[in-house]
Amino acid sequence: MAKYNSHILVCGGTGCRASQGEEIVENLTRAIEENGIENEVQVVRTGCFGFCEKGPVVKIIPDNTFYVHVSPDDASEIIAEHLVKGRKVNRLLFVDPETQQAVSESKDMGFYKKQLRIALRNCGFINPENIEEYIARDGYAALGKALTSMTPEEVIKEIMDSGLRGRGGGGFPTGLKWDLTRKVESDVKYVVCNADEGDPGAFMDRSILEGDPHSVLEAMAINGYCTGASNGLIYIRAEYPLAIQRLKIAIDQARESGLLGKDIFGTGFDFDVEMRYGAGAFVCGEETSLIHSMEGLRGEPTVKPPFPSEKGYKGKPTNVNNVETYANIPVILLKGSEWFSRIGSEKSKGTKVFALAGKVNNVGLIEVPMGTTLREVIFDIGGGIKDGKKFKAVQTGGPSGGCLTEKHLDIPIDYDNLLQCGSMMGSGGMIVMDEDDCMVSMAKFYLDFTVEESCGKCAPCRIGNKRLYEMLDKITKGNGTEEDLARLRNLSNVIKDTSLCGLGQTSPNPVLSTMENFPEEYLAHVKDGKCPAGQCRSLMEYVIDEDKCVGCTLCSRVCPVDAISGDKKMPHVIDVSVCIKCGACMEKCKFGAISVQ
Amino acid sequence: MSEVKQMVKELANQYGRSNESLLPILQGIVTKELHISEEAMIEVARELDMSAAQVYGTATFYSFLDTRPTGKYVIRVCKTITCMMHGKNQIIRELENLLKIRLGETTHDGVFTLLETNCLGQCHKGPAMLINELPFTELTPEKVRKIIIEYRNREISAN
Repeated sequence: MAKYNSHILVCGGTGCRASQGEEIVENLTRAIEENGIENEVQVVRTGCFGFCEKGPVVKIIPDNTFYVHVSPDDASEIIAEHLVKGRKVNRLLFVDPETQQAVSESKDMGFYKKQLRIALRNCGFINPENIEEYIARDGYAALGKALTSMTPEEVIKEIMDSGLRGRGGGGFPTGLKWDLTRKVESDVKYVVCNADEGDPGAFMDRSILEGDPHSVLEAMAINGYCTGASNGLIYIRAEYPLAIQRLKIAIDQARESGLLGKDIFGTGFDFDVEMRYGAGAFVCGEETSLIHSMEGLRGEPTVKPPFPSEKGYKGKPTNVNNVETYANIPVILLKGSEWFSRIGSEKSKGTKVFALAGKVNNVGLIEVPMGTTLREVIFDIGGGIKDGKKFKAVQTGGPSGGCLTEKHLDIPIDYDNLLQCGSMMGSGGMIVMDEDDCMVSMAKFYLDFTVEESCGKCAPCRIGNKRLYEMLDKITKGNGTEEDLARLRNLSNVIKDTSLCGLGQTSPNPVLSTMENFPEEYLAHVKDGKCPAGQCRSLMEYVIDEDKCVGCTLCSRVCPVDAISGDKKMPHVIDVSVCIKCGACMEKCKFGAISVQ
Repeated sequence: MSEVKQMVKELANQYGRSNESLLPILQGIVTKELHISEEAMIEVARELDMSAAQVYGTATFYSFLDTRPTGKYVIRVCKTITCMMHGKNQIIRELENLLKIRLGETTHDGVFTLLETNCLGQCHKGPAMLINELPFTELTPEKVRKIIIEYRNREISAN
């Protein structure tokens, strides 16, 4: 194998690839050849670096220089200056927004300073399509350790002691789940990886599978050893083509290397993994639905118990864990439960990956110890709110979670604290909202999502959520009454108490938590017919500023309902009773004379 | 043997004839035919020895299994909250103008179908869309125009 002096890591996650990542790799390779240094420098396509806001990102090893917003045209300069002459390309370095200084190493950036990467340890460091790079970073060492020097009970005890809890949202103790599956007697058992990530705002499972697929395969094999299963199944959503492709490559390479298949490490342990594809149904992220979907049925949930650990896929004991949970396992076995349990808060150990999205400066993927506060996540790592606006709320846990507000900023984030605040961990999506976002519309959005994704099996979820949506729609259109608010609350509680699965039991959370935290906003909609955030169109009025209007007549010509009148070169007026609030006039006005109130 | 029958048989040979084979077979039909016709559902039921109602039930449950004819390229625009914050509606309007169809429709020449879908997991790079299996991110009306022109040209040179 050739030995290289330098490596150029190029982000190969879906996001950066779509923004010319492939061209960057091609141009870098070409420039390396042109400079005749192809024996010294290697270009590596890695998984996501997490700092998606600044993508495409390129990192040079060994000096750890971190280039941001790289375009294919920059490739020749990076090679000629940095690799040949040893001078950094200053204009591509990250500039600290506070000090205005260029920062060249990622460890000095605010975005990375407070992070601790366990599940994401290999994302952005290795080429996910090369098993040797994974092995070089202790890959499959944990599987080897488990198979050759530990009993299944010892492995499970290690996982239990570590305090790891399910990262898919529920937070069930992982070791306990494994132990339950192990204790059920059966000739055949299954290990399932739930990669049906569907929460709006969450994309960590995709990034782990794109950037470090072997860590999941290794953990599934360890689980197979503990529970006595020799069949692994990965249920992945069809929306993730790149993750599917990388998993397939990883499975093939692991089989070739004898790390999947028969008689692994010569211990007589057999384990292999198959892929199953979802077909666009959010509810299949619920474990019983997922199992039904793999069985060729409609992805509808069933009442638990029996839990999958007793009766799952094809009626056999099945252990279902989520991608991020699996990604933690190899590290725990190698570094020990004591090390892992020192990280995090009292009841939530380890780290959690969060996907930052919405109105925050640094969108991307971050991993922090449990117990980190929201303030640290949003302001220190996330770099605060976009365009200097005011922070209003952050929605965690997707459609099952709730919103957290300014008063929650200093609460340490863990499973239990989030539940107490009326939200939940969920899979770790964080959608940040600023003063321009209307909380009633936000709740309505999530209900729209739930109505569409409800499988329709139980009445509270199928009918109840639809009614909730209709009431919210009525409120955002200015037709709501105060009685509606009481009805909303009442119905929400009924749905929570009577729905069959997690989807329905949590679907009213966005409504309840926004009502709890922003009661004045709901009242403004129903009492005054006003939307304080200025987002609900039906509650707004378009007006023309007489001083700014020059009478060009453009607005009156684009108005589809002829609501605007006025003579040429004279200020125009909008007839509010005719206006349908389409906003076409405001888009067209070249003088900024039209505004909404 | 009719074409559909032949195709279903081949897929069943590939994926097996148990209950668990149903979803992979239906996905195989969509890859080949773009949608699952009633005829295909009945064939699958016969081949797997299950009721046609079960096949219909499964086929209609999943949003990526189309049971109505679609265009050659299915465009699915993410409608999730972060993509909405970043101007998803503008993207849809642009696509509607470019393709001269409304949301949910297929172009006259059967090339494009325009749909909305739930979260594509590209929340950091919104607005996003899938064209068949290929994701496109950080869309702007200009970018969308370019992409559609590219697909159109490809279609013209293929014919």
